Amino acid sequence: MKAKIIITPKKAVLDPQGKTVQNALTHMGYTGIGPVHVGKYLEIELPDGDQASARKQIDDACHKVLSNPVIEDYSFEIE
Amino acid sequence: MKFAVLQFPGSNCDQDAVHVLQNVLGHSAGLLWHKESSLGQPDAVIIPGGFSYGDYLRTGAIARFSPVMEAVRSFASEGGLVLGICNGFQILCEAGMLPGALVRNRSLQFRCEHIFLKTITANSPFTNSIPPEKLLCVPIAHGEGCYFADDDTLARLRTNDQILWRYVNAAGEATDAANPNGSLDNIAGICNEARNVAGLMPHPERASESILGSADGRLVFESMVGALQRNGSPSAPIVAQRPVCA
Amino acid sequence: MSSDSPAITGDLVRQHNLAPEEYERLKAILGREPSYTELGIFSVMWSEHCSYKNSRPLLKTFPTRSPRILVGAGEENAGIIDIGDGLAIAFKIESHNHPSAVEPFQGAATGVGGIIRDIFTMGARPVCAINSLRFGSIAENVKPGADLAESEVQGSKFKVQGSRFGAVPTLDPRPLGAPEGSAGGSTLAHNRRLFAGVVAGIAHYGNCFGIPTIAGEVAFDPCYEGNPLVNAFCLGVLRHDQIVRGAAKGVGNPVFYVGPATGRDGLAGAAFASQDLTQESAQQQRGAVQVGDPFMEKLVCEACLELLATGAVAGIQDMGAAGLTCSTCETAARAGNGIEIDLSRVPQRAPNMSPYEIMLSESQERMLIIVQKGREDDVKRIFDKWDLPWAEIGRVTDTGRMLVRNNGSVVADIPAKKLADEAPLYQREAREPEYIKSVREFTLASIPDQKDPVAALFSLLAWPTVASKNWVYRQYDHMVRDGTAVCPGSDAAVLRIKADSLPASAAQTEHTTRNTEAEGSGFRVQETGNRGQRTESGQASPEKLLALTVDGNATYVYLDPYEGSKIVVAEAARNLACSGAVPLGVTDNLNFGNPYNPEIFWQLRESVRGLAEACRVFNAPVTGGNVSLYNQSPAGPIDPTPTVAMVGLIERGEHITTQWFKDEGDAIILLGQAVDESDPLQGLGGSAYLQVMHGLKTGAPPRCDLEKEKDLHLVLRSLIHTGVVKSAHDCSDGGLAIALAECCISHQIARDTPRLIGAQLDLGARTALSARTLGESAAPTNETPAAVVRLDALFFGETQSRIIISTAPLDAVKTVERAKLLGVQAAWIGIVGGEDLEMHTDSGAFKWPVADLYDRWWNAIARAMG
Repeated sequence: MKAKIIITPKKAVLDPQGKTVQNALTHMGYTGIGPVHVGKYLEIELPDGDQASARKQIDDACHKVLSNPVIEDYSFEIE
Repeated sequence: MKFAVLQFPGSNCDQDAVHVLQNVLGHSAGLLWHKESSLGQPDAVIIPGGFSYGDYLRTGAIARFSPVMEAVRSFASEGGLVLGICNGFQILCEAGMLPGALVRNRSLQFRCEHIFLKTITANSPFTNSIPPEKLLCVPIAHGEGCYFADDDTLARLRTNDQILWRYVNAAGEATDAANPNGSLDNIAGICNEARNVAGLMPHPERASESILGSADGRLVFESMVGALQRNGSPSAPIVAQRPVCA
Repeated sequence: MSSDSPAITGDLVRQHNLAPEEYERLKAILGREPSYTELGIFSVMWSEHCSYKNSRPLLKTFPTRSPRILVGAGEENAGIIDIGDGLAIAFKIESHNHPSAVEPFQGAATGVGGIIRDIFTMGARPVCAINSLRFGSIAENVKPGADLAESEVQGSKFKVQGSRFGAVPTLDPRPLGAPEGSAGGSTLAHNRRLFAGVVAGIAHYGNCFGIPTIAGEVAFDPCYEGNPLVNAFCLGVLRHDQIVRGAAKGVGNPVFYVGPATGRDGLAGAAFASQDLTQESAQQQRGAVQVGDPFMEKLVCEACLELLATGAVAGIQDMGAAGLTCSTCETAARAGNGIEIDLSRVPQRAPNMSPYEIMLSESQERMLIIVQKGREDDVKRIFDKWDLPWAEIGRVTDTGRMLVRNNGSVVADIPAKKLADEAPLYQREAREPEYIKSVREFTLASIPDQKDPVAALFSLLAWPTVASKNWVYRQYDHMVRDGTAVCPGSDAAVLRIKADSLPASAAQTEHTTRNTEAEGSGFRVQETGNRGQRTESGQASPEKLLALTVDGNATYVYLDPYEGSKIVVAEAARNLACSGAVPLGVTDNLNFGNPYNPEIFWQLRESVRGLAEACRVFNAPVTGGNVSLYNQSPAGPIDPTPTVAMVGLIERGEHITTQWFKDEGDAIILLGQAVDESDPLQGLGGSAYLQVMHGLKTGAPPRCDLEKEKDLHLVLRSLIHTGVVKSAHDCSDGGLAIALAECCISHQIARDTPRLIGAQLDLGARTALSARTLGESAAPTNETPAAVVRLDALFFGETQSRIIISTAPLDAVKTVERAKLLGVQAAWIGIVGGEDLEMHTDSGAFKWPVADLYDRWWNAIARAMG
C-alpha cells in the first residue's frame, strides 16, 4: 500500500513562491494564468493491510507532523 | 544564573549563545543534547538558531518532537523562562508554545543583514531592561522568518500585549521597507500569554559585543537576568564581566 | 547498469581520457592488463584534477616555506600555518567550475561542502568561508567589445587549436542553449540563472552548515559564458597538537567508512572536471552532478571532531574527488603502507552497484577513518550518538598495495604509491599568443579624453563587476559563530578567533563525559570561556584577529599574464594592509583553458611566474590550492583567471581598519602616485573604464613595482599602528574616482540605512600630482609628454600602489610627512563632509550627490537580476 499526500499552503498565507511561478508563466507568454500555489507531495510506502487503520494513522501524522495546520492544508489518498 | 542551551542536530548558533551568556555576560551556560529528557536545574532555557534536522519537512517541524522538548514544555508550564532565537522561534511555534508560524521570506531569498528593532512593551522578562525609546541594531539571518498568524490570533497578540519587537527603520517607524521578510505587522518577536516563553527571528547573541558592531542584543539577556534576580533566583554571576574586545 | 566488466579496448581507454602512453605506463606499473575497475581508478587518479600532471612542474616554483608553515603545500588536504600561542589555521581554495556550469545550485553547494571537509579533515574546526565567482554578463547596458572593431576583440580571442579530446569545433553556437552571438537576451538570462543558482547554492550549504561566508569577489565577463567559475575557500582553526594526517598509519589498524551511503552520484567527477566543457558533456554529465546535504555534513563534522578529540584516530581523509579511490590510495601512499577494503561492506544507496561505480562514486559527506586498533568502540559510540552510518570496510596492511575486494574476490590490486605519486608529468609546449601583440601596440591616441566624468562615474559604479555585491552577500549568513568583526563590503573581512572557535580537546571531552555522569541530568557545564584553549601554564590564549580577501583581475592576466598575476597578489596584500593585517599565506586557484593549447600553457606558465614572484615579495607562501584547466566552452577558452585568497593577521583590535570615511572634517590623504606617468597608458590599459566606456578589453595593464608596493603596505601598517588612520581603501577596479566614491557610500549600518558622507577633493596638479617623496622636485616635470595627465586617467586609471586613507584633520600634516619620510608618496587631497562628492581638477570641477552614487552602486545587481 502507498499513501499519497498533498500539502498546500493555506490560501490566506502569503505564498511568494506561487506568486513568482505565476509571474514567470505570465512573462513566458502563457495566458490566463491565475493564482499558483506551490506545495509538497509525499509518498509513504506501507505494508498491505487494513486501509481504514492506515488512513487513521496517516491522517494523524499529517495533522501532527507532516503539515503545520497554522499555514498548510493537506489531503491524501491510500492505494 | 544558569542557562541551558538546547543542541539539536543541525543547531549552529548554540555555541554563540553559550559564548555570550558565559564569556560576555558571566553566567553559567551549558549545552543540552536533544536526546536528554531532563533539563537539570537551569534558571532559563535558550533554544538557539540553526537548521535543526536540516530544516527538512518544515523549519522546526522535527525538532519539536525531540525528547528534550517535552522537558522544555513542562519547564515552561511551571513558569520557567524560555527564549527561542531564529530556528528556536520556529521550533516554539511548531510546538504550539507560541502562536502563529514562520514562513518563507517574501523575497524567497535568505537574508543576512542588520535591522532595527523597536521594543513594543517593557512588560516581559525579555524586554524589561530595554530603554523604551532605544532601537536595537541586531542582525537577522534567515530564509523563513516571515511571521504569519490568522486574524484572530493577531488580534489576541495585540490585545494581550504579546508583540515584543517590530522591525522598524532608523526613525523607529514600522514601514514596509523596514520589513526584511514580509512578517505580518512587522512582527519580529512575540511572547506567549503567560509571558514566560518568547521567540524572535533576529539574533541578539550576535550583537552583544562592540567588536561585532553592536552590543544592543545584550539588553535582551540582561532583561532575562534582571527578571530572574527579581524573582529571587539564587545564582549570581559566576565570573566578573570582562572587556568585550581583546 | 550491469556489473559485468566490459572488455578493455582502445576506445574504452580513450573514453577514460588516458593517452596511449599513459595506458602503457599503467600496464607497466601493474605488469598486466588492468581490470575495468582498475582502469577507472587510474583514469581518475591521473586526471589533471587529482594529479596536476600538466601543472605540477610549474607549481613547484611557488614559495612554500616560512617559519610559520606547519603543514606545507601538497603534503595534505590543506596547508597549516602557525598564528602564535599554540594556535594554527588550515585553509584552502578549490574550484567547482564544471559541475556549476551544469547544475549551478548543487554544483556550487557541493563545492562548498568539499572544501569544508578538506578543512575538518585536518582536525580543524571550519570557522569561515569565502569565494570567488565569475559569470558571463548579466546586464544589458554593458557589452564589452560590442562596439569594437572586429579585428581587436575577435582577434584577441584566440582560437582553440584542436584540443586533444577532439570534439571541440571552435565556431559552434554557445553551449547550454544560448543563442549565437554574444550578449543576446537569452544569453543574459542564462548567465543570470547561473549566477543566481550558484549564489543560492553557496548560501544553502554554508548557511545550513553554520559557517559564515565573510568575503568574496564576483566579476562578469563574456568569456565566462557557459563556463562560470566557482572557487570556494574555507578556513579552520586548531591547536598545533590537534593536527591530524591523512595517512593510513599502523599496520593492522581497521579502516572505517563513515557518513551516508554511496550512490551513483558524481561518477568520475574528477575526470569530468578535466575535460573541455562541451554541449554533449554538459548533457551527459547532468546525471553526474552530486547533490549536497549540508545537514549531514554538519553532523559528520561534529562527530569527526568529537572522535578526533578521543585520540582514537590514526588517520583521516575525506572522500572528495574520486571518492573512495583517492582516499584509500592516498592515505596508504602517505604512510608508505598498503590498504585493503571489501566493497561489499560499503553502505550502498542504489541496488546492484558495480565495484567500478562504488570506487568512483562522488557521493558527498563521506569520510575514511583509520582507527587505532582496539578503539573501534569510540567510533561506534560517537557516530551512533550523531545517528550517522558507519562501517568497518578494511584494514591497513604492510604490502604497499591498494587491494580492493568485492565479496571476497579481488577487483583491483595496485601499488598505492605508484598510483598516487607517479602520475605522468608533462612539460607542455608554450607559445606567446597572437593577441598579445595587438595588446602591446594599443595606445590612447584613438581614445578621446573624457568630457563627462560625471556620467562615466555613474556608469562605472553600476557596472556589475564594480557595483556593490550586497545582492550576493546578503544571502550568505556572514555572522554565525560570533566572530565577524568586519562584514563583507570592506577591503578585507576580519574574523575574530575566540576560545570556542577551536575543536574540543581530549581533556574537555573527558570533562564533559564525567560531568554528565556526575550530574546525571545531561547538563554539561563547559569550562568557562576557554574551551580547549588553555596553554600549559593554564593561561587562556588571547583572541586572534584574521583578515581575509580573495582577488583576481583576469582582464589584466589575459592582457599580460606575468604582470597581471603580480597585480592579483599585490591587490590581495593591499586589501589586507588596508584592514591592518600582515600576510600569513596564500592559497591560489588557477583557472585556465586547455593546457594542450601552447598559447594557453604559455598563459599558465607566465601567470605562475608572476604569482610566485609576488608571493615571495609579500612573504606570503603558498600553502596549497587548486588547478582547474579545460575551462572552455565551444566559444573559446576563458580569460586566464588565477584567484588568490590571502589570509593575514591583525595584531590588536585597535588596528582593525575599514574602508569608509568616518567623520566630517577628516583629512583625505592619497598614499602613492596619483597617476603613473611612466606608463604610456597612464593606468588605463585593461581598465574597467576602457571596458565600460569604450567597449575595449585591451592595452598593457598597469605596472606593479612589487618592492614599492611592499613599502606602501609597510608604511600604511605603521601609520595604522600609530592610531591616526580612520579609514583605508585601496584603488583598484575603476581607479581613484571609484575608490573615493566607495569611501563615501559603502558604510551600511543596517537594512536600508547607509551612512552616506560626502567629500571635497582637490586633484589639481599642485596637490595630487605632486605627491612626491621628500627630496624630489615638487613641481611636475615638463620634459616628458606623459606629464600631461588625462582626465580619464586621473579619475579612472588603475595605476597600482595607491591607497586612500583618512585621518583627523590635526593628524593630516604629520601623517603626510611621516609617509614621505618612510619613502612613500603622500598628499593631502581633500576633506570629508557634505552631501556631495566634489572633485576639483585642472580641467574643471565635478560633483555627484552621494545619495545618487549610492543608489547606482548599491542597487545595480539587484536591478540587473530583476
